[in-house]
Amino acid sequence: MTDANTEMPERFGHDRGDDRDRGSGKRRGRKGEQLQVPEADFRSYYGRPIIKAPVWKNPDVPLYLFLGGLAGTSAGLGALGAATGRPTLRRTGRLAAAGGAVGGTAFLVHDLHRPSRFLHMLRVLKPTSPLSVGTWILSPFATFAAATAASEVTGLVRRAGDASGVVAAVIGPALATYTAVLFSNTAVPTWHEAHRELPIVFAGSAAAAGGGMGLVGSSVRDNLPAARLAVGGAAVELVAGEVMERRLGLLGDVYGKGRAGVLMKASKACLAAGAVGAVLGRRRRWSAALSGLALMAGSALTRFGVFDAGIASANDPAHIVVPQRERIRARQATNQVDTAPSDRAFA
Amino acid sequence: MTNLFDAFTGTANSLSGPLPDPQTDAGWSDAHPKRVGFFTDTSVCIGCKACEVACKEWNLVPDDGTDASDLYRLTGMSYDNTGDLGASSWRHVAFIEDVRPHGTATPAHGGQETGFLPAGLPAVHGGGNGHTPRDAASAPPGPDPAQPGTVDLLALLPDGGAHGQQTPDDERDVRWLMSSDVCKHCTHAGCLDVCPTGALFRTEFGTVVVQDDICNGCGYCVPSCPYGVIDVRESDGGAHKCTLCYDRLGEGLEPACAKACPTNSIQFGDLDELQAAADARLAELHGRGVHEARLYGRDPDDGVGGDGAFFLLLDEPEVYGMPPDPIVTTRDLPEMWRNAALTAVGLGAALVAAFWKGGRR
Repeated sequence: MTDANTEMPERFGHDRGDDRDRGSGKRRGRKGEQLQVPEADFRSYYGRPIIKAPVWKNPDVPLYLFLGGLAGTSAGLGALGAATGRPTLRRTGRLAAAGGAVGGTAFLVHDLHRPSRFLHMLRVLKPTSPLSVGTWILSPFATFAAATAASEVTGLVRRAGDASGVVAAVIGPALATYTAVLFSNTAVPTWHEAHRELPIVFAGSAAAAGGGMGLVGSSVRDNLPAARLAVGGAAVELVAGEVMERRLGLLGDVYGKGRAGVLMKASKACLAAGAVGAVLGRRRRWSAALSGLALMAGSALTRFGVFDAGIASANDPAHIVVPQRERIRARQATNQVDTAPSDRAFA
Repeated sequence: MTNLFDAFTGTANSLSGPLPDPQTDAGWSDAHPKRVGFFTDTSVCIGCKACEVACKEWNLVPDDGTDASDLYRLTGMSYDNTGDLGASSWRHVAFIEDVRPHGTATPAHGGQETGFLPAGLPAVHGGGNGHTPRDAASAPPGPDPAQPGTVDLLALLPDGGAHGQQTPDDERDVRWLMSSDVCKHCTHAGCLDVCPTGALFRTEFGTVVVQDDICNGCGYCVPSCPYGVIDVRESDGGAHKCTLCYDRLGEGLEPACAKACPTNSIQFGDLDELQAAADARLAELHGRGVHEARLYGRDPDDGVGGDGAFFLLLDEPEVYGMPPDPIVTTRDLPEMWRNAALTAVGLGAALVAAFWKGGRR
């Protein structure tokens, strides 16, 4: 359990100073504060966080999200590349799917505070627990993807390898999107309230990563589908991310400040540069590979940014109190309308 | 046991909404005992922290921290040096020093100029009764000459014992709010729903307990609790929280904190009886003009289907560090799965589309 002792991560690491300033109970209307959003009027217990920030480790969990997305779409590129006779894309997709799945599993196990009990995840299958469902998505995916990659590398049992590659490709999209439910299904306001947009952001991010990997690894003759997927994914991720931040309103402030803000800005720059590069430079090996790397970096940075934004949100009592107060106020307003005599409205 | 399909289509209230019998919903036979819980009446809490100590003693909960350089971990904000609930703090007494200009009203009073100190409660008033506040420099009154050998303890107090304490000026009113917080043992427990190993389970008493020999420290329960109760302990990597003294319940004993509480602020019992007692107490306080008294976690229609451990508070919940309107995250889970599934289908379609008319073969 040495990990448990040394790696209680992140939760109070960054953005804590901001939170202390913001959450200061009845200190209202202070002067000299430089805030990007107006200071919310709310009360709290000495400005302390109300919910507990995730104890998930950084970089384990964001990297797992990235690798899961990468593997999920790469499996599809590998299988379809095999079906359409694109040997380099097939090989890249299959190796990336297996590498991403195995690497992701390793990070997921390392993230546990009792890693030796990883197999306890397989005691039950609970639809109410996205982590349980995810385990049951990841386990078969990793098995089939690894088998496919083994067949690809050794050249043995090619037909069985093709078949297991198809199975992995079918599971892949689920692996790429379930992680959005994993994050949304928490009490962390910025994650939970984004439960409509987050799957789309993560799917776009996965497509950008998988397509980017395809651009890096496949020949110019084979890389058209990878380029299409990557550019489409980057566009979806950029648009959906922007929509998500806007719809979050007050809760979106964590994406504009602190480490999450920097990461999201860097992510957008990488995605845009990579997408442009993929469109213009797909036909040259070096520019295709560079674009692919930029797209993968953009995808990974998004995952790190979303992770950090959630930690900052959980540590900010305003994110709990202000929306919940607003909810109560809105409910009371509705109730009053409901209880008022119907003819009063026309009088 | 509730059918999974019913739970996810909303036909059964397994994920949110009122649920009169969570034990049966969790699969216990109809012969299970009644649901038990805590009613924590903060209006009589004196902040003695006996509950914190009793809990630690009985449950062998270790020290909350390990940093020797910060041995006493003083928060510097109040008499509260526990800070919050956590893996090694299953009861937490909050202290709120509520200082306001003399005679100002609170919103809880509807803006009436009644003064914010609730009538009929232990209160601390500004001075101004003619007595000089006593300090260490002035000698304490000696023994009463009329009764040699006895000390009139009340005479030791500056205003004859009418109130325990004085503020140094007339400008301010001070009241102390104290509240012993604990795991709410929600009807719809987010921690339990999201636990991927089944380590968290619903007991036959309707409480929510972690099985330490199953927990693998994934930490998913931690951000899923809308109250910020459960946490992973650094020293052993497992998630821990209040068990409502599951071991004592089995022996017919009340939980250690309730047993130790000297003012009966922490009341343990069958949940329906506690709810009736709480309603009566609330009516009594309102009758005595304590209009800011309110119950928290009592309502089975709230976002977590009502709490097994609920509270009588004298101010808004967020002042005590509790969320004003918590909603169990799994209420929205069916919609989340739907969104993710549709997105996955879309991603698969995008993959196929990327190969459309792309040449080769």
